[in-house]
Amino acid sequence: MDELNNLMHGFSVAMTLPNLGFMVLGVTLGILIGVLPGLGGANGIAILLPLTFSMDQTSAIIMLSCIYWGALFGGAITSILFNIPGEPWSVATTFDGYPMAQQGRAGAALTAAFTSSFVGAFFAVLLITFLAPLVARFALKFGAAEMFAVQMLTFCSFVGMSKEPPAKTLAVMALGFALAAVGMDTVTGTLRMTYGVTELLKGFDFLIAVIGLFGIGEILLTMEEGLAFKGKSAKIQLDVVLKTWAELLRYWKTSIRSVLVGCWMGVTPGGATPASFMAYGLARRGAKDKDSFGKGNIEGVVAPETAAHAAGTSALLPMLTLGIPGSPTAAVLLGGLLIWGLQPGPLLFTEKPDFVWGLIASMYLGNIVGLIIVLTTVPWWAAILRIPFSVIGPIIIVICAIGAYTVHSSIFDVVMMLVFGVFGYLFKKLRYPLAPLVLALVLGDMAESSFRQSMLLSQGSLDIFWANPLVGGLMTLSFVMLLWPIVPVLKHRLRRRT
Amino acid sequence: MIEFKNWAARALVSAVAAIGLTGAAHAWEPTKPVEFVVPAGTGGGADQMARFIQGIVAKNKLMEQPLVVVNKSGGAGAEGFLELKGAKGNPHKIIITLSNLFTTPLATGVPFNWRDLTPGAMLALDQFVLWVNADAPYKTAKEYIDDIKAKPASTFKMAGTGSKQEDQIITAMIDKATGKKIIYVPFKGGGDVAVQLVGGHVNSTVNNPIEAEAHWRGGKLRPLCIMDTERLAYTDKVTDTQSWADIPTCKSAGVPIEYLMLRGIFLAPGVTQEQVDFYVNLFKKVRETPEWADFMKKGAFKQTFMSGKEFADWVSKTEAMHYGLMKDAGFLAK
Repeated sequence: MDELNNLMHGFSVAMTLPNLGFMVLGVTLGILIGVLPGLGGANGIAILLPLTFSMDQTSAIIMLSCIYWGALFGGAITSILFNIPGEPWSVATTFDGYPMAQQGRAGAALTAAFTSSFVGAFFAVLLITFLAPLVARFALKFGAAEMFAVQMLTFCSFVGMSKEPPAKTLAVMALGFALAAVGMDTVTGTLRMTYGVTELLKGFDFLIAVIGLFGIGEILLTMEEGLAFKGKSAKIQLDVVLKTWAELLRYWKTSIRSVLVGCWMGVTPGGATPASFMAYGLARRGAKDKDSFGKGNIEGVVAPETAAHAAGTSALLPMLTLGIPGSPTAAVLLGGLLIWGLQPGPLLFTEKPDFVWGLIASMYLGNIVGLIIVLTTVPWWAAILRIPFSVIGPIIIVICAIGAYTVHSSIFDVVMMLVFGVFGYLFKKLRYPLAPLVLALVLGDMAESSFRQSMLLSQGSLDIFWANPLVGGLMTLSFVMLLWPIVPVLKHRLRRRT
Repeated sequence: MIEFKNWAARALVSAVAAIGLTGAAHAWEPTKPVEFVVPAGTGGGADQMARFIQGIVAKNKLMEQPLVVVNKSGGAGAEGFLELKGAKGNPHKIIITLSNLFTTPLATGVPFNWRDLTPGAMLALDQFVLWVNADAPYKTAKEYIDDIKAKPASTFKMAGTGSKQEDQIITAMIDKATGKKIIYVPFKGGGDVAVQLVGGHVNSTVNNPIEAEAHWRGGKLRPLCIMDTERLAYTDKVTDTQSWADIPTCKSAGVPIEYLMLRGIFLAPGVTQEQVDFYVNLFKKVRETPEWADFMKKGAFKQTFMSGKEFADWVSKTEAMHYGLMKDAGFLAK
């Protein structure tokens, strides 16, 4: 039980008064960063990183990682209240979180989101504490083909989600892929669909599309409906936290499944965003009342939040043990480690035990601190919905614009956000589902490069996707997922024949 | 008396300092925060260096105004370069370059050339090392190259960062040296590339030292040779038995390949000589800090410093070299 001794030592490092102070400060900053759409954990940490150079290494990383936890918590707030995902991994949270808020259950949705985040993170930290070397070896098994198999699985577990006609789903998905293809093609090193326009060089950022499609689109809809937020009459109950907890216990299966998906995606580095989509898709599949998803089912909040937080936390594991960041935020933290003269890699655990175990202990403490802070503020967040739309509407638009600008410090992006907003409004009016578009936009690029890298490695043979049990298993599972919705139909027909 | 002496000494020092300051006040200084553009994504070599410099400047208070790192990685860095090209006469914007200063315009045809910017200073040169997995049977570069020659073309796989950029150019050079085609598989960042090799998904990489150092120290990767005219000067042991200086040059191993990557600073077009001087002096001060020395050692950089005409000539020569290499490899934009 070396790990336990080390961990106890870590707690003694992290528990000092200044370090606890940095934790509270970091989590609070992180929540604010998470709330502002577009600012995001990666940008927030990048901006604050230089401030920490004069601090003690361990305190600095504790504060920065707490900003990260805070941002993970905070991303859910705007998703639920205004249908604006503060972070890419909160998109799936909007599917059921926002309907819940509209039904006056914002407090319950927020409590469910925060609690699930905590559960996800907690299990991921346990994984880091006890299985780090083992998991690191597993992550190394992931080459291009395995990555593609994972992305394929995400797509397939999401197929059949929408109640709209399949042709509409396919159409928006194709649009998402097309948008994702704009900009530099990493495999050939040439520009695609930029037509000599400088602004198009960087392609369409997923965050800008999401802020526009969801946030601005939603505001346009609300305006049309007569400038009133439906959740306005929601009663704010202070005991909402306890009541929701009692309800959450029923969804333990979804939680466990989502933790597994999240940890796995964080380690491999699939990332928090695919993890949240995959967990949502799986939760819907496993549920008895599939139709209630998308209409305010609390399980639809639990699944993506648990997975996103588990993935976000376990993404630090490959960073510490291998030096590969599992998420953009982890990439910035990695830069920080190097500046402090810490070389991440297999030897970090033995060379700098104080630092590593202090960090791991702070993951436990930081998440507990974070949970307490966010849960105590639930009633206040929910109370925002009582503010009349004529006041809060313009504020949301301004926050969205600031968010879109921050992503690349570009005014063009703000214009793009408005254009996406109009599209979001039109799509909703015409009953085109937005989720497949977003999924294609965020994963399209990654899936394309993994597929083409695999094809380069195998010299064009598809055998590479069944070359070993790992990739073969993933691919087979994807196809099972893809065909699953047809099974009941087939069964029905067979029965009719006999 | 002692106190008085101290006081007098202090007064003298501050008087001298005040004269010094008035003298310095004539020189140009930034009047608002300086944007430090990185034409690459977060976490890569250029980004690490830029953020590191930002840290040194802030910690040692080398500049009154803050230095703010901004990533403009779109179109293999074209976004960042074009932004600086468009900021004519703006002294509050500088850019750190990597080889994409040459490769991006050549490969994509984006309307940009380094002559559109004002050359600032060379900070260092980054090395390239040929790496294989520690479990591979090759102990020397010669054994590996001989095996490539002995086997049919397209047997060996090389992972690298980006497409038609430095890693693929070097791979094309190895193709030429061996007469056999190596399959080149592009990945997004140097860290990913090293891990692909550790995981055994490819046969070799040409990672920069800093990207693969931890894996070498951990006994997962083996360096075969370094692509420079001479060995590195860092003799501190990295593993139990080897230091950076123990890696032979590729040339001595029978692979005549030399390639170094520029880590330098450029300013917007149309800035004054005074403004250029300010930044050159700033980076001279950065290079004198002990933190910088550590960083150079960790990443096994070649510590060449150049500015002014010398630097412009070097860049011009290197551009011509890239044109030749990329033309040979068929990487030029049509």
